[in-house]
This record gives sequence, structure tokens and C-alpha cells, in this order.
Amino acid sequence: MSESSGSKISEDAAVALEKQFRFQFEPAQDSYVLLYPEGLIKLEGSAGEIIKRIDGEKTVSQIVADLEATFPGVDLRQDVIDFLEHAYAKGWIRQ
Amino acid sequence: MQKAGSDSSKVTGPLWVNAEITYKCPLHCVFCYNPVDYATFGPELTTEEWLKTFREARDLGAVQLGISGGEPLMRDDVEIMVSEASAMGYYVNLITSGIGLTEKRIAAFKEGGLGQIQLSFQDSTKELNDFLSSTRTFDLKSKVAKLIKQYEYPMVLNVVLHRLNIDHIQQILEMAEAMGAEHVELANSQYYAWAMENRKYLMPSRKQLEHAEEVTNRFRDRVGNKMKVYFVVPDYYSTRPKKCMNGWGVVFLNVAADGLALPCHEARMLPGLEFPNVRDHDVRWIWQESPGFTAYRGDGWMKEPCKSCPEKENDLGGCRCQAFMLTGDAANADPVCDKSPYHHLITEQVELAQQPQPPAAEIKPIILFRDDKNSRKLADKEAAHRGDTTAVT
Repeated sequence: MSESSGSKISEDAAVALEKQFRFQFEPAQDSYVLLYPEGLIKLEGSAGEIIKRIDGEKTVSQIVADLEATFPGVDLRQDVIDFLEHAYAKGWIRQ
Repeated sequence: MQKAGSDSSKVTGPLWVNAEITYKCPLHCVFCYNPVDYATFGPELTTEEWLKTFREARDLGAVQLGISGGEPLMRDDVEIMVSEASAMGYYVNLITSGIGLTEKRIAAFKEGGLGQIQLSFQDSTKELNDFLSSTRTFDLKSKVAKLIKQYEYPMVLNVVLHRLNIDHIQQILEMAEAMGAEHVELANSQYYAWAMENRKYLMPSRKQLEHAEEVTNRFRDRVGNKMKVYFVVPDYYSTRPKKCMNGWGVVFLNVAADGLALPCHEARMLPGLEFPNVRDHDVRWIWQESPGFTAYRGDGWMKEPCKSCPEKENDLGGCRCQAFMLTGDAANADPVCDKSPYHHLITEQVELAQQPQPPAAEIKPIILFRDDKNSRKLADKEAAHRGDTTAVT
């Protein structure tokens, strides 16, 4: 989940979900998902926790800080950035 | 009556619910996939019955809801369905010809949480040969396209291609571009329902398909990422069948206007299967246990050549309805597969499609338009036919 096609996101800019996407927890799948026209992306593991923090206001750095506060003692920065780059390249999020 | 190997506790889904909320439609498309005998069906589900159905499917984990028809906008309770279903957690997709989509309605849909609108571009008049130059159609679609953009929806355009319009592909693509379409699906008509009745007039020749793909590819090169263009050929031109609906009773639940629950748009035609009605049963039982939904789930029902085929999981033997329509037995391999002993039924049709056909003007009086009168006529014909051949299955 760390391929990024050169599209770099800025750590200091706010991140938002793309207009067509809807984020929610799905009990039937015991997982967070992103819904979009006729499709569903199952967000495994930390991906759900990351997307959950995207609100159109928080910057990448703030999302990292928030996650590190929730899961103390782990250096999450690179993983979060890798995932957000992936999500950006896939068109799930915008800046 | 459960089949071995279909333990209901392991059945997942549905994920996708398609609600054909009405079969009323102002259009008369010759390739319509609605059942040919729709005019004889019982009354439509009420708003409450639809909401109950959506709720029950949602409890099973369904996340995508398609509101289609007929023309769904012929009902005046779509607004309620959209907002209620959206509040239940569905991603709601409206599949419409655009006829009846006013600004007031689209504003209400937006407010209610509608996810996307798919606009179909069709032979909206009976003037088959000149529908593309019909300014009425183009004006209407353009107006609707503007509304869709104004309300910040992506512009998704579906165009059904067939023998009589496929040569206009360049014009079709230019119209799509002029409307600001972002996604365009150019899907050749597949031969079910009304399209099956009109198959010989609708199937394009190989030359037409090649030309259309060539034009599409050139267009793609020119517009780049601005527009995503999908091109789908009729499956008759393949040698392996499609994995229809991703499997029987796996992800897709179709609910017809009269409440009949089906694993696909067409399954109502299959003899010997009783499909449940959402008025009489809850969706959990329907999906997990009803004989109609367990009949072709998995691969336990397969016969040769599918049973021992190394590719059987790729396509699950193709489409049960196509197998039934062409071979008389839904458990046969879809004859699109060249391993099927009935594959000649496909290739014969494809060969026929290479022959010259009369021009559209001559076809117009004989081709079957989808309307109530023709629907009743076809229903009578079917009933008579069933009476003659009940022993077959």
C-alpha cells in the first residue's frame, strides 16, 4: 500500500475526502470502508484510523500528531504519509 | 430446501441492492432490459414497503443502492427513498434518463444525500434513425447535464450501443464531451428481454465494432484524463462467458417494482424457480435461504463441461439466463463459452450479424419498441409457449 505515482502531498496543507467518497464503519465487515459510486474500499488496519481523522481541516502533520497521541510510543509518521500518498494517487482524498 | 454446500451462516452479502422502483417509462427503447411482460405485473411496492426492504438489506450489510426502473423519476417518492436510504448508510445511485429531473428534485436529492446520478443517453424517441440529430433529446440531456454539474455531481453518461447507432460513435462522443461528461460508458446492448426480441436488428457486425473501438481509442488519446471512456462489446463476440453478476446471489440483489426479489435483472424468466416477494418474506431469508437464491449459488449445480472445467471459478459458467434462453436449461454452460456444445448458437448469430441488414427506416415498422401494448402481446405469447412446453424443464 505504499506506491505513490510521484504525486506528493504537502504535510502542512489540510486534507479532505474527495467529494464522491463517503466514509463509515461497516459492522457486517467489521471494518471501516470508503464508499463511492458503485464501489467500496475496505480500509484494513490503520487505514481506517487515518481516514477517520480526515475532516477537511486537519493537515497531514496534525493527523500524524493525533494518531501518535492515540497510539503512543510508535513512530507513525512515515506510514501515515505513505498511506496518504497512496490515497491521494488513487483519488480518494484531495488537498 | 437448502442445497449442500450453501450453509446460510457462511453466506455473505448482498452488497448491492438494485431497486427497479417502477416499470413506467416515457421512453420505448428497443434494447430495454426490463422484463418483456412487465405490463402484466402486480402493483408497485409502496414507499413503506421499499423502505422496509432497504432496511432489511442494509442490516445484512448492503452498502450500495441503485434506484432505477423503468424511469424512477416517474414516482414522486424518490426524494424520500434517497434521504431515508442515505440515512440508513447506503451510498445511493440514481439511474435515470433525466426525464423529469427538475432543479427542485435534484436539490432535494442533494439535500437527502444522493451519491451519484447516472444519466443514460438513449433512443428516446421512436425516430430510430435520426435520434442523434434530435435536438429535443440533446437539449433535454444538456439541460440535465448542466443541473448535474451545478449540484456538483460527476457527470456519468451511459450510452447503449447497437447496430443502428454504433456508426455514430464519433457524434456520440462529441456530444458527451460537449455535455462535460467525466465518465462515459459505451456499452453494447446484451441480448436479454427486449434486446433479445430485437437481437437481429441490434447486433453490430465485426466491422462496426472495430470501427467504433478505433474511433473510441482515437478520442481517448485526444481527451486524455479529462474523460474516462469505457467500451463494452457484446458478449456474443467472446469465447469465454462473463462472470455474470459476480456469481448468483453473491453481491447483487435486484428487487422488481412488484416486490419480486431476484439475483439479477432477468432471472424472473427462469422456469421452475420460485422467487420470493419482499412483501411476504424478509430479505435475510430471501438472500440466505430461499430456493430461488440458493439454486445456482456456488458451483454445486454445475454440469459438464463446467463441472470439471479448470476455469470454472473464473466465470462460474457464465449467465444462467443466457444459458436458459439459448439452450433451454439454465444449468448448462453459457453458450458464449466455446467449450459449450451449444456454442454454435452464438456463432450462428454472430455470422448473421455480418450480413447486410435493411436500413433503419425499414426496420422501424418491424422492430419491437418497449411499450405496454407490446409487453402484453409478448406476455400472451410467452404464456402460450409455456403451456406447450412445460415438460421441458
